[in-house]
Amino acid sequence: MKAGSFEWHPARSADEAVALLAEYAPQDGRVIAGGQSLVPSMALRLAFPSHLIDINGVEEFARVRVDGNELVIGACVRHAAFHVPVEPGPLGRLMVQVVHDIAHFPIRQRGTFCGSLANADPASEWCLLAATLGARMVAKSVRGTRVIPAADWFQGIMTTALAEDELLAEVRLPLLPEGSRAGFYEFSRRAGDYALAMALVTWRDQGGAMQDVRIGAGAVEVQPRRLAKAEAVLEGRPRGTAAIDDAAAAASAAVDPLEDFHTSADYRRDLVGTAVRRAFAQAGS
Amino acid sequence: MAQKMAITLDVNGTEHEIRVEPRKTLSDALRGDCGLTGTNVGCEHGVCGACTVLLDGVPVRSCLMFAVQAQGKALRTVEGLSTGGKLHALQQAFTDNHALQCGFCTSGFLMLAAGTLEQQPDIDDESLREVLSSNLCRCTGYQNILRAVRQVRDAGKEGAR
Repeated sequence: MKAGSFEWHPARSADEAVALLAEYAPQDGRVIAGGQSLVPSMALRLAFPSHLIDINGVEEFARVRVDGNELVIGACVRHAAFHVPVEPGPLGRLMVQVVHDIAHFPIRQRGTFCGSLANADPASEWCLLAATLGARMVAKSVRGTRVIPAADWFQGIMTTALAEDELLAEVRLPLLPEGSRAGFYEFSRRAGDYALAMALVTWRDQGGAMQDVRIGAGAVEVQPRRLAKAEAVLEGRPRGTAAIDDAAAAASAAVDPLEDFHTSADYRRDLVGTAVRRAFAQAGS
Repeated sequence: MAQKMAITLDVNGTEHEIRVEPRKTLSDALRGDCGLTGTNVGCEHGVCGACTVLLDGVPVRSCLMFAVQAQGKALRTVEGLSTGGKLHALQQAFTDNHALQCGFCTSGFLMLAAGTLEQQPDIDDESLREVLSSNLCRCTGYQNILRAVRQVRDAGKEGAR
């Protein structure tokens, strides 16, 4: 239960961080941000990096700001930053709801938004948000900067498009337009535990019909994703119990659930429908 | 083995100059190198919360960061709660409400509660329950722990001094 030996390289700037990463990534070097997943993995000897590039001292990574119609979240912005709305619109309010289901209060003081995206746990709340809203990931290396859309970012369980010498410098989330509605629901067995299923939904009410419906499911498959078939069920329909029940059924039918010792695929499939219904209910009437 | 590094930790206002390998967790450094054994180490992977300390005023798991990362930060541990032989309001309330049995989780709960009440002296019951759910007590004394912390909050002592 003690981490293996490594050399520690604190970075003071983004440029220094990517330079260190370029040097040490080929020698089994990794970035550490909040460390709330990496450190336990190291304690359990599931991860055994020889070098850690520490970005906690990089001031520019601690910033969250609005740029045009995007919320820009730096590499070291902690989960706890979202306990209060970081922007006055519907996205800021949605993130306040979502953050309370992420682990526990002390973990949220250290763990980071971008760290969750880079870790890409299937049960990550922020990964579900990024997949559902269509975030853009900004990857930086000494070779330059590239932008990776959410559709290409997730590549399976804890696997992303990030190359080994690249650092996730920021995530850009599209702001939800004023008047957007949004809801989130997560089911887990214990407070703060990993989700067994969760759903995140957004839409706009347009003349009594639902428009721009997005339904995302997380903790169900190898990676979070939008469920296009369930979205299509609701698009253009008035919001009501029957319509949402149809969407929930479509969501259950659309997923290919993970199975584990405690949780069968059938159970998770059923749970997805419930999560979708409750996410809409949570968004209010 | 990586070289030991000379670092200084500021714990409860006292500077501790220690030499540690980068892989040493903050919790192990506090106990083994600073001699402050009030912080308990339970699960060593962030689940139990027994090792909770305050880092620049906010509660964190000291087993989930390395000691070298705590340089330049103000750390507070359970040893820093009482002043001049007088128990902190939370310590007194834990005693009065029978909020500890075996005591292993107590220092973690005290620091979690102290940090929370200092930042949110008017925290509502639901939020307090959510925060206190962060830590485990295997004697299942949760109701009494909640009662003790609520008492301090209601007394308006702001978990302080």
